[in-house]
Amino acid sequence: MIKKILEISNLEASIGNKKIIKNLNLQINENEIHLIMGPNGSGKSTLSKILSGHPAYEINSGKIDYCGENLLEKEINVRAQEGLFLAFQYPLEIAGVTNYDFLRTIYNEKQKYLKKNELDPLEFMKIIQTFLEKLKIKGEFLNRNLNEGFSGGEKKRNEILQMLLLDPKLIVLDEIDSGLDIDAIKTIFEGVLNTKKELSKECSILIITHNPKVLNYLSPDYVHVMMDGKIVKDGNLELVESIENFGYDTFRN
Amino acid sequence: MKEIENQTNLELKKVISEPYKYGFQTEIEKEEFPIGINESIIHLLSIKKEEPQFMLDFRLKAYRKWIEMKLPNWANLKISDIDYSKITYYSIPKQKKQLNSLDEVDPEILKTFEKLGISLNEQKQLANVAIDAVFDSVSIATTYKEKLAKSGVIFCSISDAIKFYPKLVKKFLGTVVSSGDNYFASLNSAVFSDGSFCYIPQNVTCPLELSTYFRINDKDSGQFERTLIIAEKNSSVNYLEGCTAPKFSENQLHAAIVELIAFENAKIKYSTVQNWYSGDENGIGGIYNFVTKRALALGKNASISWTQVETGSSITWKYPSCILLGKESSGEFYSVALTNHYQQADTGTKMIHFGESTKSKIISKGISCGNSKNAYRGLVKIGPNAFNARNFSQCDSFLLGNTSIAATYPYLDIWNSSSIVEHEATVSKVSEEQLFYLMQRGLTSEQAISLLISGFCKDVFNMLPMEFATEADKLLSLKLEGSVG
Repeated sequence: MIKKILEISNLEASIGNKKIIKNLNLQINENEIHLIMGPNGSGKSTLSKILSGHPAYEINSGKIDYCGENLLEKEINVRAQEGLFLAFQYPLEIAGVTNYDFLRTIYNEKQKYLKKNELDPLEFMKIIQTFLEKLKIKGEFLNRNLNEGFSGGEKKRNEILQMLLLDPKLIVLDEIDSGLDIDAIKTIFEGVLNTKKELSKECSILIITHNPKVLNYLSPDYVHVMMDGKIVKDGNLELVESIENFGYDTFRN
Repeated sequence: MKEIENQTNLELKKVISEPYKYGFQTEIEKEEFPIGINESIIHLLSIKKEEPQFMLDFRLKAYRKWIEMKLPNWANLKISDIDYSKITYYSIPKQKKQLNSLDEVDPEILKTFEKLGISLNEQKQLANVAIDAVFDSVSIATTYKEKLAKSGVIFCSISDAIKFYPKLVKKFLGTVVSSGDNYFASLNSAVFSDGSFCYIPQNVTCPLELSTYFRINDKDSGQFERTLIIAEKNSSVNYLEGCTAPKFSENQLHAAIVELIAFENAKIKYSTVQNWYSGDENGIGGIYNFVTKRALALGKNASISWTQVETGSSITWKYPSCILLGKESSGEFYSVALTNHYQQADTGTKMIHFGESTKSKIISKGISCGNSKNAYRGLVKIGPNAFNARNFSQCDSFLLGNTSIAATYPYLDIWNSSSIVEHEATVSKVSEEQLFYLMQRGLTSEQAISLLISGFCKDVFNMLPMEFATEADKLLSLKLEGSVG
């Protein structure tokens, strides 16, 4: 039986008095890769923030079910604990907190949630080492402050590292490719794909981008075109081709 | 957007509650003076303490200066009138005679210190720290005296020092902070009742960390303590200071003086974790903490380091300073000041460079929450002969919520053009985006704020001795978390 991970129905959402999401519907089942494409300002990033519970957005109507439960009434951290992971377009810099301390803290919070033992610094070192090797990240990365002074590529790689560590059920990648050169994009997506292979079989991915090039690195099961706050077209890879050939304008009514 | 801001504020308010777990009072029999201050009270105090004539003269001189002085009003503080005639200037736990060992200390008082996590029993406490415990107006016990004496270090209450080492006291008392220095310093000089004294002889590295723990217990008594530390040539010492008080709805006055003197190549490192009762969430009660702390780097290459974590008190008025007289002497000031509810802090430092090639460094971190006011006030003075003097200052403020105030008042007074003075300042608000990012990784809002704050204070916490650093970190998160203490 196919298991529904995410079901968004008739979602309307706004920030201040501005409506950003208008009657949006989307369903993601377990183990699927979905791609949402759309021009700038179509509400793609907003969608990722609403999914993870950003307080700036107000839900006007509609609902979001996540693994059969009402996602909208859960706190940001509870959504995260329950397996929703958002890789940020612009990961935040946190001064004075080492990457290592941060990673161990979030890992142990997850362990607590799963009622498993928390790891002491030495035990955790073993875990993190294997992930670092997989992502070809140097050890000194851990001693630096969280994202502080990181290059764009390093920040994104750090997002993938956190993702591996937290073993999510639903991964939302918000413009993960933006601002990166081809090599960096490649590393990131290899990381994502490896994650998917390594992680629980049921992991689903929602990729948000306006750049069709990401398809060189992975192939989604479904492609959606988002414009003006709603999904205007569902399809598969062919949809991307027509975007590349004709732009988004063809989808305007 | 307004609504969102309000919501975030609400969230923050929930997070920044302030449990104070040291707010209990100990029931003890006490002996105290009648309230009020005048010359006969000072005579009485000096007689009671069996002081030599020079001390009485010192006190009276200070008192006569004090009555001529006015409460300074330049600080960014709102201070309600203090009625000095309603304060008890001397309150001590009743005891039979001279105490010779810990067994003779009132068990209630020992229990008090146990409850505060300060064990005066040498077997139970941290092996590398000697403690002087001050309860209201007197020192209760000093530990490891004998062990210290073997290396020639004197560590005792200032009262004992006046009794047993009057020459040393007479030579150094009031040389760094004179009896007419400022309003609260004069008051202290007139009525100080106890405090700690420590003397490190030449070429000695103090084998233990020295520590004084101050406890105000009585409701109506002010605490006026005085600490004097002298480090002779080539010596070094680490000194720690902690403070707590019970919860009362009245404000209590705490006016202390700390004087440090470092000779050639001597090093003094002085750390404070100040957690006096800060008043309740409506700003009722709490300690008025008016403290004069100053160090004199007298000899060549002497070095002074102040580290303070200020989380308590209703009002904090405190500027641990360094007078850098010796050539190539250096001064450091590392500070974290956290204010919440209606707390007010006006704190910082003065680095006075007189000697050639003197160096100073100031790192100040202010965190303001609730309706509190938190100001950094600092002076860097480079005298005309301070060739090639060097200062670096960094003052960062962190605001939680929309109703607190942070201010920075740097003063630069430079008389020598070969000096280099740098000042950096930042003000940041806890950003909704940072919180969102951390919470998206599974942290609660409390954990997220705690993490941001401890990151913000890291440079200063790194300067504290290990046990203190953990303590300080815990103290801050305790103040920030909603947990009941």
